[in-house]
This record gives sequence, structure tokens and C-alpha cells, in this order.
Amino acid sequence: MHSTTLLLANTPPQTLPARELMAFTLGSHILLVPFGVALPFITLLMHHRGLRKGDVVALKLARRWSAVMAVQFAIGIVTGTVLSFEFGLLWPRMMGRWGDVFGLGFGVEAWAFFLEAVLIAIYLYGWRRLRPWTHFWLGTPLPLAALLGAFGIIAANSWMNTPQGFTLDAQGNPVDVTVRQAIFTPIFGPQYWHFAVAMFLTAGYVVAGVYAVGWLRGRRDRYHRLGFTVPFTVAAILTPVQFFLGDNLARQVFHKQPVKFAAAEIVWNTDTHVPEYLFGRLNEDGTISGGIKIPQLDSILAGFKPSTQVTGLTSVAADDRPTATQATIVHWAFDIMATIGSLLILLALWYAWCWWRRRDLPRSRWFFRCAAVAGAASLLTVECGWITTEVGRQPWIVYFNMRVSDAVTATRVSSLWTMFGIVVAVYVLIFGAFLAVLLKMRTRWRIADESPAGQAGALGPEAGTPYGPREGTMATTGAAPDPGTPQSPGGAS
Amino acid sequence: MMADAISWVLVLAVAAYACAGGTDYGAGFWDLLAGGAERGERPRWLIDHAMAPVWEANNVWLIFVFIIMWTGFPTMFQAVFGAMWLPLALAAIGLVLRGAGFALRKPTRSLAGRRIYGAVFAVSSLLTPFFFGVVIGGIASGRVAPGATASSDAWANPTSIVAGLLTVAATAYLGAVFLTADARRFGADDLVRYFRFRALCSLAAIVVLAVIGIPVTHHDAEYVWHGLTHGAGLALVILAALAAALTALLLARREYRWCRYTSVAGVALTVAAWGLAQRPYLLPTSLTVAQAAGAAHTLRWLAIVTVIAVVLVGPALVLLYRLDTLGDLEPLTDSDTRGAQAPGDNP
Repeated sequence: MHSTTLLLANTPPQTLPARELMAFTLGSHILLVPFGVALPFITLLMHHRGLRKGDVVALKLARRWSAVMAVQFAIGIVTGTVLSFEFGLLWPRMMGRWGDVFGLGFGVEAWAFFLEAVLIAIYLYGWRRLRPWTHFWLGTPLPLAALLGAFGIIAANSWMNTPQGFTLDAQGNPVDVTVRQAIFTPIFGPQYWHFAVAMFLTAGYVVAGVYAVGWLRGRRDRYHRLGFTVPFTVAAILTPVQFFLGDNLARQVFHKQPVKFAAAEIVWNTDTHVPEYLFGRLNEDGTISGGIKIPQLDSILAGFKPSTQVTGLTSVAADDRPTATQATIVHWAFDIMATIGSLLILLALWYAWCWWRRRDLPRSRWFFRCAAVAGAASLLTVECGWITTEVGRQPWIVYFNMRVSDAVTATRVSSLWTMFGIVVAVYVLIFGAFLAVLLKMRTRWRIADESPAGQAGALGPEAGTPYGPREGTMATTGAAPDPGTPQSPGGAS
Repeated sequence: MMADAISWVLVLAVAAYACAGGTDYGAGFWDLLAGGAERGERPRWLIDHAMAPVWEANNVWLIFVFIIMWTGFPTMFQAVFGAMWLPLALAAIGLVLRGAGFALRKPTRSLAGRRIYGAVFAVSSLLTPFFFGVVIGGIASGRVAPGATASSDAWANPTSIVAGLLTVAATAYLGAVFLTADARRFGADDLVRYFRFRALCSLAAIVVLAVIGIPVTHHDAEYVWHGLTHGAGLALVILAALAAALTALLLARREYRWCRYTSVAGVALTVAAWGLAQRPYLLPTSLTVAQAAGAAHTLRWLAIVTVIAVVLVGPALVLLYRLDTLGDLEPLTDSDTRGAQAPGDNP
């Protein structure tokens, strides 16, 4: 108890609001990241199918997903920009001291993101006038640009987890920076692949979940079938891959950030034959309340044999490790993530079994119920994964090199709390409005699909030429003389 | 040497954001002043169409500015965000509201909803560039120094206010010039006249603000003031003024082909003149480029990454602007996604 009081006395009061604000904004933004990274890929798959087979339904789906992407990408951009402000507004001392060591990853990310923003604009606004295959091929670099952007961000984050590529001089300032070492830190590879696959998997399950709900409500047409199958197949293929990658990352954390691993598995004392706890709570004195205890398993998972020695939280001083509460949070996040991951494997196997036996979707309503929940569940795992890596690093912002409390801004505490309040209110409104807009779009599309005219439209004269300029675009935007004919710039004037 | 090169990359990135982002803020400014739903329908239609494909890419310049700051000049980044905490926090919130308001207005069909999102977009388009201008004013007048803490004096001072107002006027000017050219492209002659008039008005506002600003900032921002009125800084200021005068001339003679380029040149040259006037300081007169420079190895890599990126992004960006100017980029409409009217939608 004394150590906690001492800890609080040394922590500037700005730390709490700054931490809450960062957690809230990043936790909100990360919900959009899977779609920013992977929705273009899934849309391009559908687009390709539509073009190659002349499939009108596939093209309709791809076009509708583009309309969703247009809104989602914009919200993702603004919430992402806030994060780059927050590096300065909340953690100026981290950037001031370490910016030139690990900032380059963000440089890669910015340019990749620039490329993505440009290409996505061309893709989203190219449907009407570009030639079909030209349009498709201009979109194909998008997934690569997204992976490159993720590379930059994860490089920076994994540097905070396993910092290297510098030496400290007599005053404790970093010198002799080597960029390659600072980007490719020990945890980078495992963390990157785990993250990248998580993004594709989550986007796949969420998109498929939308059509699973429709399927459950009796809309069992080709539109829903296709809208479900393509993203779900992507996600189902990636699920076992992700299980392997996640397991690998956990073992890398065991080797490279042993204290974080101890928090995730609530291991108090360094020991061999360590039991695994499923859930449960770590108390201040190192005892564990609740949870299911499985003897030996933690040692076996970490090193494949019961005699593996697992580092405990007490191997470092109390103010150098997560508190008992933080460790419990990390442990729960980690266990929820692992549990959902395992359940998703069963779902993917179910799907694979039916496909292998009958070349068809499972017939059970329970399958579609689970598939509908899988989207929300994988968004939850994204949050959990992020909580595991961030809370597990506490109290460090740069692992064993700078504390969060040493990085925080000197701005008045009241300003920070005010900002926090405003940001929460703004984000609640924006995300609420974003969801409302999406639901409204869905309603409009459903009304069109269910009306006789809409069904005729799907197979009508337009069916053969899904591309090309259309008349009457101004009907929805206001009256202007024929926007379809651009005048040559600088003509008679 | 390398630090100087990176500092010029920083100036270029600021200039690019001022021009590309500024044009979008200006469009929002005119959206704000477009009047009621009926009177403002046509200008707003044009603003929507002109901005939609490019604003997200334009916004990325700002992120790039930050990254060059914290990777290339970490202590400067820390100092700026320390002293200018409040205007930057407000700018961040304004940026979120602007982007979200714009993005959500488009797919919203009810008039009330469009009004709310439109108002949010337009008001924050006015405030955000003001706060950025305030920050620049604070830097130019030497109020940002390593170790300086956030105080109201750092941003509520004559130079900051003048710089903030000038920034808003410059965005309005860029926005109006671009919208004039866009209106011409879409063949909307009434809107050509509408925005041409506004472009000339905002140019007049810039001139008035500059005339007021010269005596007001003389002793407040002495170092930069001296740099802008002597030698190379003065030469760039004169070139910028010439570019602005040329834009006015082109607009007056209804020659719309080159006015975008001359207006952008005017703003970019002004930013460059500011950069030149600050030499050798990054934060006049407390932190030089050499003092603020990060690790040499990182700077070299930052230059390499920048060059590679220019090779990658440059052609894509040219393609985007080219397709946009040719009118090849159009938003998806209900007829494309096969949507229908839902209850409560306004046509």
C-alpha cells in the first residue's frame, strides 16, 4: 500500500487525464482501422468478381461498399489526425526526447497514407466515368498502401515496446541513432503480422455479419449470399493463421517483454511449473481470487515444457511494473482475446466442413447467429489486443526508458479534463451520426431492393452497362446546367 | 547542411498544406456565407462537388508537417506544442468537426440533418485555419521557445491575431479562386460570377489586413519583420504580391485558365518568404535549425524516405488532380448504388 501512495505522489496530476484522453481517442479510432486497412481489399475482391463474370449483383455490392467506405474513410482520417495532434498535446516530452529515434516510422506511414488517400479518392469517385478495368486496376495498390501504412504505425509502437537503435549519453539523452535497428525492433515482426491479419479478419467478419443478420431475417437472395460469402471466406481463412500468429506473439512477448507477459498471465513470482489462470483477479499481495487454475499450463505454453521458468511481476521493483489492477485488466483483455479467437476457429471449421461436404453454406440458423456476432466479437478482440499491449507496458511509455509520467505535458490539469470532456462529447456525436447515416443508407437500399422497380432495375437495361455516365445526376443535388460536360478550361472567355 | 535541407522540406510541406488544405478551408468559409438553404443551394452544390474527391488527400499534408517536426526537429515540436497548447487543441477539435461535418452531410437526405452537419463543417472551416494562423504568429513573434509553458499571452497577441485573420482571408481567397475555376469547369456561369466577386473581395481583405499588420507587428515580431522587409525575404514578398496582383488581373479580365496557379503561387511564396525571414532560426530567436536538428542518421533517412515517397505519391497525386480537373471523378449516387427514398428524406 505504501508503494502505491508513493507512486501517486510522484506522478504528475496531468497523467490521468492525458492517459484517459489517449485511451479514449485511440480506442475509438482503432474501431475504424480494420475497415480503412481491409475494406478496400474485400471490395476489390467483389469488384473483380463482378467484372470478370459480368456479375451485376457483385458490382452492386462493391459499389455500395464503396459508398460506405467514403464515409468511414473520412471519419477514420479525422480521428486519426487527432492522434498525431495528441503526440504533441499530451506527450510532448516523449517526442522531444525520442522523436528522432523512432519518428521515422510515422514518416513511412504518412506517405503511405497519402498514397492511400489519393488512390481511394480515385477509386471511390471513379465508378461513374473511368473505364471498368482501368478503374479496378487503379484500386489494386490500395491494400498494399494500407499494409505499408500499418508497417509505419506498428514500427513506432513496437519500438515503444522494445526500444533499441540508440545509446544513452552521460545526460541520458539518446545518441548514435541507427534507423534500421529502431524500425526493426525485436517485437516488430510478430506484432506487425498479428495486427495486419487482425485487420483483414475483423473487416471480413463485420461485413459478413451484416449479411448474416439479413439472412436470419429471411432475406436469402443471391445478394445476401454473395455479400456474406466473400468477406466470410476471407475471414475464415485468416482465423487459423491468426491463431498461430497470436500464439507466436505471446511467446515473443514472454521472451522480450517478460514483465508484460507476467501481467497478461498474472504471474507474481518467477517460477517453474507455473499454472495458467483463466480470468481471475490479482490482488495487491500477489494472491489470485477467482479464475480457473490449470496446473503447469502457463509454463508449457511459454516454453513447451512444465519446467520452463516464467518471470514474475515481482522480478522488478513495484514502481517499474504494472499495478495489480492494471495486471488484472491486461489479463482479462488477453484472455477475452484468446477465448474469442478460439471460438472463431470453431466457426471457421464449421464453415469449412459444410463447404467441403456440400459446397454450400451451413443450413443451421445457429451458424448465422454466431456469424452475426463474430463481427462485434472481433472488434472486441482488436480492443483487447490493444489494451494488452498498451496497459501491459505500464508504467512505461518507452519500455524501461521513459515513464508515462515523465512524458506527459505540463499543461493545466483542468484544461486536459475540459478537452477530454469536449472530445468525448464530439466523438459520441460523430460516431452516433456515422452509425445513423450507415443505417439510413441500408434502409434506402433495402427499400429499393424490395420494391418491384428496384428488382427490375437490378436486371433492367442498365444491367449490361453498370459503368458509364448517367443522366439526371443533378436531380439529387440541385439544379445546375448539365454537369456532365466539362468545358475545356480557358475556352472562350 | 542536411538539417537545412529538411527545414526546407518542412517549409514546403507547410506551403503545400496552406495551399491544398487552405483551398478546402476556404470552400468551407464560403459555405458558411452562402445564406439559407434555398439561396445557398447552388454554391453549396459546387463546394460539395469540388471538395469531395480531394480534401482527404489535402489533409494529409498536415500530418506530414507534424512528422517532419517531431522526427527532424524534436525539441521544436515539443516547444510548439508546449507553448501553443490551447490553439492547437482547438484546431484539432475544429479539424475533427470539419471533416466529420462534411463527410456526414453528403449522405444525409433530411434538410434538418444537412443543416446541422453543414453548419458544423462551415463554422469549423473558419475557426481551424484561424488557430493555425495564431500558432504561426506566436512562432514568428518569438513567443514559442524551448521550455515556454502554455499561456494566453503566447497566442492572444497582436501578431497572432493578425496572422490568424490573414490565414482565414488567404483560405477564403484560395477557396474562391478555385471555386471560380470549378464553376467554369461545370459550366455554371452564374457561379463563376458569384465566386469571382468573392475572390476579389477576399484579396482586398488580405491587402487591408497586410496594411494594418505591417505597423502592428513591427515591434512585436521584430526579427521576422526585418527578414520580410529586407533582402531575399523582401524579394519573395514582392513576388507573392505580384502573383496576387496577376490573379486579380486575370480574374478581372475573366481569364480563368491560370488564376488557380497564380493564387497558389502567391500563398506558397508568402510561406517561403516567412521561412526565409526566420533564417537561421526555427523558432526566432531562441532555437536555430542546427540546434533543433535531430540525429544525423535519422535526418538522412528522412530525406531518403521523402524522396522515395515523392516518386511514389507524386504521380498518384498528379493523376488525382488531373482526373478531378477533367471531371472524371464523381460521387456515387443513388442510381449507382440502387438506393431509394426513405421516409423522411428530402429529395
